[in-house]
Amino acid sequence: METTSVKPQFSEAAKAEIERICKQYPPERRKSALLPVLHIAQAEFGGWVSPEVQDLVAEVIGIKPIEVYEVSSFYTMFNLKPVGKHVLEICRTGPCMLRGSDELTAHLERITGAKVNGATSPDGLFTLKEVECLAACGFAPIVQVREKYYEQLDTPAAVDAMLTELRNQVHRPALPWEETGLPNALANN
Amino acid sequence: MGRKLLTEHINVEGIDTLEVYRKHGGYRSVEKALKTMTPDEVVEEVKKSGLRGRGGAGFPTGMKWSFLAKPEGVPRYLVCNADESEPGTFKDRQLMSKLPHLLVEGMITSSYALGANTSYIYIRGELLYVLRILEKAIAEAYAAGFLGKNILGSGYDLDLHVHPGGGAYICGEETALLESLEGKRGNPRNKPPFPAVQGLYARPTVVNNVESIAAVVPIINDGGEEYAKIGVGRSTGTKLFSACGHLNKPGIYEIELGLPVEEFIYSDEYCGGIWKGRDLKAVVAGGSSVPILPKDLILKTAAGEQRLMTYESLSDGGFVTGTMLGSGGFIAMDETTCIVRNTWSFSRFYHHESCGQCSPCREGTGWLEKVLHRLEHGHGHMEDIDLLVSVAKQIEGNTICPLGEAAAWPVAAAVRHFRDEFEWHVTHAKEAAQPGAVYQSKSVLV
Repeated sequence: METTSVKPQFSEAAKAEIERICKQYPPERRKSALLPVLHIAQAEFGGWVSPEVQDLVAEVIGIKPIEVYEVSSFYTMFNLKPVGKHVLEICRTGPCMLRGSDELTAHLERITGAKVNGATSPDGLFTLKEVECLAACGFAPIVQVREKYYEQLDTPAAVDAMLTELRNQVHRPALPWEETGLPNALANN
Repeated sequence: MGRKLLTEHINVEGIDTLEVYRKHGGYRSVEKALKTMTPDEVVEEVKKSGLRGRGGAGFPTGMKWSFLAKPEGVPRYLVCNADESEPGTFKDRQLMSKLPHLLVEGMITSSYALGANTSYIYIRGELLYVLRILEKAIAEAYAAGFLGKNILGSGYDLDLHVHPGGGAYICGEETALLESLEGKRGNPRNKPPFPAVQGLYARPTVVNNVESIAAVVPIINDGGEEYAKIGVGRSTGTKLFSACGHLNKPGIYEIELGLPVEEFIYSDEYCGGIWKGRDLKAVVAGGSSVPILPKDLILKTAAGEQRLMTYESLSDGGFVTGTMLGSGGFIAMDETTCIVRNTWSFSRFYHHESCGQCSPCREGTGWLEKVLHRLEHGHGHMEDIDLLVSVAKQIEGNTICPLGEAAAWPVAAAVRHFRDEFEWHVTHAKEAAQPGAVYQSKSVLV
């Protein structure tokens, strides 16, 4: 989708959640809220944080945009480019590798048509991203999609079940502060 | 059957709710500490328990607490390190998601001991779903009067918050964690000053691992001396091990320190042996940073004694023939495992996670990854093997934080114990580069 020149805005529910979070830190330390607010921004604006969204984050917290850029580029959870509807984060670290993460990655590339750490699937549904240890090594191999862990994906049936569940998701799952009816359609899909 | 001080009720239906948790003795340590003990008495019990930091370093928790500076009128903080990211380690995630109130209770009792009125749980960003579970538990604790103003009429106030990271292993290092909590890149700080003097917002701060904080609960309930009766020597109490890799029953196990490694791997009460009826090749006993040991050395020390799951026994023989207990991330590898490939995977991890602040680590981890990549993919040279050892040595001790060592140790140990397998990757390059190719290495003792 083309980027528009309209300035992005947080939903009212997200604004309230951001203010709740900012109050967790001393008043002169609102910058502490940066990582939690970036997570909210990524969830609100279609799974990635554009420069415009990062500027908005700076504005609501009351810090300089550069303070957001230098942090968003350091932490690997923030996607700085547009992504598909679902970002599949595949753990590739040793313990998952021992239980078949290489095979899982190859299998996911084959059936979705997406390239790992590259092009989103032609249908726009899936982006495949290799990540490092997700702290679930006893249930390897693992894929994380947003806040959910899909574990023991060592059979085609388990992988199919995950993909079917995701294909059937019209909207992303509601976040706690959205329970009172906020439309949670994916912003850029 | 060993005693379970932390996980006894982990599978009880509804144990994540305050009501059920209370029915199983929950929040007794808060009542006992706030109503009958001074903060210093709580610290004293933790000292007596001999509890050692469960995040990996094994530093005595009570002693760490006693270092906290207490200048008049300056707020101080307790920060819980829930940035569990050491490959092979997943105990804190299990503990927090199933027993959120145990951590909340531990945070209240520990914060009281340290005189902190605001405390934070810094949880890795990938675990946002666990953050939601913790926030729910915290809300219940506020409603029940265990958090907030004048807790249980004691006059003690405490606010507790959960803060997510953004996906960076380095933030498990305590000063990087504090930088991150301040909304910055996770670059570790030079020390001194230590966090006990200048931590969060340049104020005195204690940073403790999730499991250490949870252990404070049984220590206060039953007394430090009771806790210290469990275990062997300076390895007191119980410890959570995350077992993964080629085991029949991977998962988390709370063990009494002192259990023989052999029993842990093969007994049906624990990991139930190696999967698919295969033989064990090697073990990484304490998270990916600690030296890998071949089967014979993980089961018995070089002197032929049974290896026990204690800080001392696992490190018996130093890095020549021993390893470390670390975070308790126990990775077992069967006979079909390619050690070069596994070492490359770990090096790729450390290269990816290096914050880039110190040249030896930023450049060195890249070299390790590249050299291991070419060895694994059939383009290596014999001199590469010593090059790995040389690069590892040049990283070690030359960085601000221990990520450098964490990257260097696994490589040095793999070459030390499996040099013949590395050599085979050069002499049989084409064969070695085939997917699934494995050399049946005999372990080589230096």
